[in-house]
Amino acid sequence: MPNFIDRRLNPKDRSLGNRQRFLKRVHDELKRSIRDQVKSDKIADVDAAHGVPVPKRGADEPGFRHSIGSGERDHVLPGNETFSAGDRLKKPEAGGGGGGGRSAGRGEGDDDFVFVLSRDEVLDLFFEDLELPDMVKLNLKETVTYKPHRVGFTTAGTPSNINVGRTMRNSFGRRIALRRPRSKEFDDVVAAIAELEDEEQLSQPQRRRLLQLREELEALERRRKRIAYVDPVDVRFNRFERQPVPNACAVMFCLMDVSASMGEREKDLAKRFFVLLHLFLKRRYERIDIVFIRHTDEAREVDEDTFFFSKQSGGTVVSTALEEMQRVIADRYPPHIWNIYAAQASDGDNASGDSERCAELLRDELMKRCQYYAYVEIIDERESEIFGSTDNGTSLWRAYRTVDGAVPNFQMARIARPADIYPVFHKLFARHKVVQLRR
Amino acid sequence: MVRQAASTLLFEGSEWNFAMLSRAYDAIEEIAVGEMGLDVYPNQIEIVSSEQMLDAYSSIGMPLMYQHWSFGKRFVFENHLYRKGNRGLAYELVINSDPCITYLMEENTMPMQALVIAHAAFGHNHFFKNNYLFRQWTDAGAILGYMDFAKKYVAKCEERHGLRAVEEILDSAHALMDQGVFHYRRPPRLSPAKVTERARERLEYEEQTYSDLWRTLPTTDGSTGIEEAEREVLERKKALNLPEENLLYFLEKHSLILEPWQREILRIVRVIAQYFYPQGQTKVMNEGCATFVHYTIINRLFDQGRMSEGAMLELLASHANVVFQPGFSDPRYSGINPYALGFAMMQDIERICTKPTAEDKDWFPDFAGNGDGIGTLIEAWENHRDESFILQYLNPALIRKFRLFNLTDRATDRFCEVASIHDERGYSAVRAALARIYDPGANRPDIEVVDVNLLGDRQLRLRHMVKNGRLLEEVNRDATLAHVRRLWGYGVSLEGVDASTGAVLYACPSGEAAA
Repeated sequence: MPNFIDRRLNPKDRSLGNRQRFLKRVHDELKRSIRDQVKSDKIADVDAAHGVPVPKRGADEPGFRHSIGSGERDHVLPGNETFSAGDRLKKPEAGGGGGGGRSAGRGEGDDDFVFVLSRDEVLDLFFEDLELPDMVKLNLKETVTYKPHRVGFTTAGTPSNINVGRTMRNSFGRRIALRRPRSKEFDDVVAAIAELEDEEQLSQPQRRRLLQLREELEALERRRKRIAYVDPVDVRFNRFERQPVPNACAVMFCLMDVSASMGEREKDLAKRFFVLLHLFLKRRYERIDIVFIRHTDEAREVDEDTFFFSKQSGGTVVSTALEEMQRVIADRYPPHIWNIYAAQASDGDNASGDSERCAELLRDELMKRCQYYAYVEIIDERESEIFGSTDNGTSLWRAYRTVDGAVPNFQMARIARPADIYPVFHKLFARHKVVQLRR
Repeated sequence: MVRQAASTLLFEGSEWNFAMLSRAYDAIEEIAVGEMGLDVYPNQIEIVSSEQMLDAYSSIGMPLMYQHWSFGKRFVFENHLYRKGNRGLAYELVINSDPCITYLMEENTMPMQALVIAHAAFGHNHFFKNNYLFRQWTDAGAILGYMDFAKKYVAKCEERHGLRAVEEILDSAHALMDQGVFHYRRPPRLSPAKVTERARERLEYEEQTYSDLWRTLPTTDGSTGIEEAEREVLERKKALNLPEENLLYFLEKHSLILEPWQREILRIVRVIAQYFYPQGQTKVMNEGCATFVHYTIINRLFDQGRMSEGAMLELLASHANVVFQPGFSDPRYSGINPYALGFAMMQDIERICTKPTAEDKDWFPDFAGNGDGIGTLIEAWENHRDESFILQYLNPALIRKFRLFNLTDRATDRFCEVASIHDERGYSAVRAALARIYDPGANRPDIEVVDVNLLGDRQLRLRHMVKNGRLLEEVNRDATLAHVRRLWGYGVSLEGVDASTGAVLYACPSGEAAA
């Protein structure tokens, strides 16, 4: 009789440790390839499982092995149909390696396979050490939704909150302590009286007994009346306390200049920036609304396709977009319910005099309602060398600099190339450091 | 009798349960042990899920294994193939241990479970217990205990010395795994007690025979210097037991920089490599034996009326898949299928024993027509590895059936030459060539430690005997040498010497890439 063992119920993730060691080992390479994938055009798919080629570096297992391209070897192959001894077969051109020769290396040459990183693993790599400034603190401060939670009992409250169990327990204890006659005692006396009354003729002791019983019954009734079954002192109510609930909804405003000066390149860069912010919010909030506001010299809320793809001509008045945003917030997204995030992309062009108005709008109105506001200015590659991160630049940039200094949850940066987005993004959402310095 | 008529079938349908498994096992055991005369370790049969099977795959089939990233990589790889549907999982996995552990997949149908029990729990099991290589090189009773120790030991090291330090040692050790095997002699086994005992004896002997007079002898001077130096080298080599083919063993014993726990880890890797050494040499025989056993047993079960026709058909279909050998030009071709070759040879041996043709009598006079197929097979299973088995038992009929031909491939030529085919002139040559392919000695790079001067520059000299001009892959070679350097701590050089002419073909000096 063999020993049968059912292993199926054993803990599942026996190889988890190995997987973690493996991911750690190739961590840098994986991070790079994820970043490359995000940079490339498939950016809309970031928020999903990714197939990544297992990097050669770091994951190879060397060993002394014969090289295929040297020396002399014999193959024995099955299935000969036409050959006879002495036939010569031309080798496939270098690198082809078809037919039988490959079989020798099975299991060894399998290094370049693609494997799937789960969505969480991808995002963890992508968002590593990335966090909105003081995110958690802001969240707690901003929460205005309360939800009642049960916390113990109280002696006062509305009838609907009476805790029957607790009340009856108190009543029971009090009744025992004060010796309130139980109904059984009562019934016994009543029954005894009835029995005596039924007798046709009562003897002397029986009559005395009857009187005694009647007195007893009276006493019991008196006592029962005086000691209530449920007294107000017994009553207990459930106590509720309102506890703040972190807000689980966020709205993200995407603001973009779509005037003629914004070409395909600029729009593409902006789009990536928005996607990244969206991804990040998606991680934090259960529900996210996105509002797209595009503007030339007038601003309009549009759907995503229109936002990115349709063309419009006109001048550039940035403040219209901010006003539109303000309107939408007032309309649909009361700040005490929604966490409001905004990302604005522009090439920095603006009508003269309007930039100051924008800064003012931001400082006095919008920033009080927003959790976070990020502004990226998309500039020419040549310009990036000139400007760096100085205060010089377009009027919008200079105006926003004043906001940047005044409000902690406002960030701004310049980007010029797709490759810049990630670093900028990283800087925008870098842990506490920047914000703390500014305080 | 009545009861037998009611249920001669061991099982019906495809669902299985433990009662059925047990009943089938007993019936199979009756045939395997009672009728075929197999001799097996006690069986332990474990039901696993597909994920657990993948687990077992990735930790090279061991039920217990220390943790290392390379197993994670393998898991990811196997999992990928499996999920994409490129590869099905094995129905079973069997471990050469005592008791012999067989994993059965839970997805298998009941007929498949019966087939797999016959295949693994009796076929492989018999082979493990009786084949001379396994008996000589592996210790089935101790391996599970040892793996348990290894796993815990590595985990303990990780805790004490950090993941990184342990990973580095394991990486280096894994790179040399193929060079961590004793191919020709049984690994020396000395308990620590014996070692100290020996040292004590030697010391005593030296004390007893000490004579101060020797010190006063004049030392030889310059005139015989060269001779002296040569003698010294010889002595040195003798003291270190050089040349040494087992690099891991040499590094474990003589490396100057390793700490005790690092040596122990090298030893663990080496023991595992050694444990798998026989399996690499007996693929054809092992699978052939198991396939032959399951085929015989399921046929017998069917003849006894214990298996329905439906079940039999399912098993035959599966069997046919297992022993399918596509020709070289077929897109499905991926080398010679060890199941196909092994099974065909064993079936033919049985046929030769019972119904020999004139050709068989010519080729195998010693057992053709002896009437005892299973006895002849049991003897073959016991005393051969793939190379010798093919060399001795592959018969012309099979060479014709498989239409085998031998192709010579010289790297310098732009063509391959058909050296011999399945004809009268070619049989022996094809057979010998095929046997050579299964000879690990001929195919693994032959690298030895040849010299080291522990008192001088401490450079470790390795030599690669180049056979048939087959060199090493350079990138891999240099990466592996870096690992040797890490373990040795000082310079390591490798030179490639042509085995037939003695000419030096290449040299990697020790200074190079001292990363």
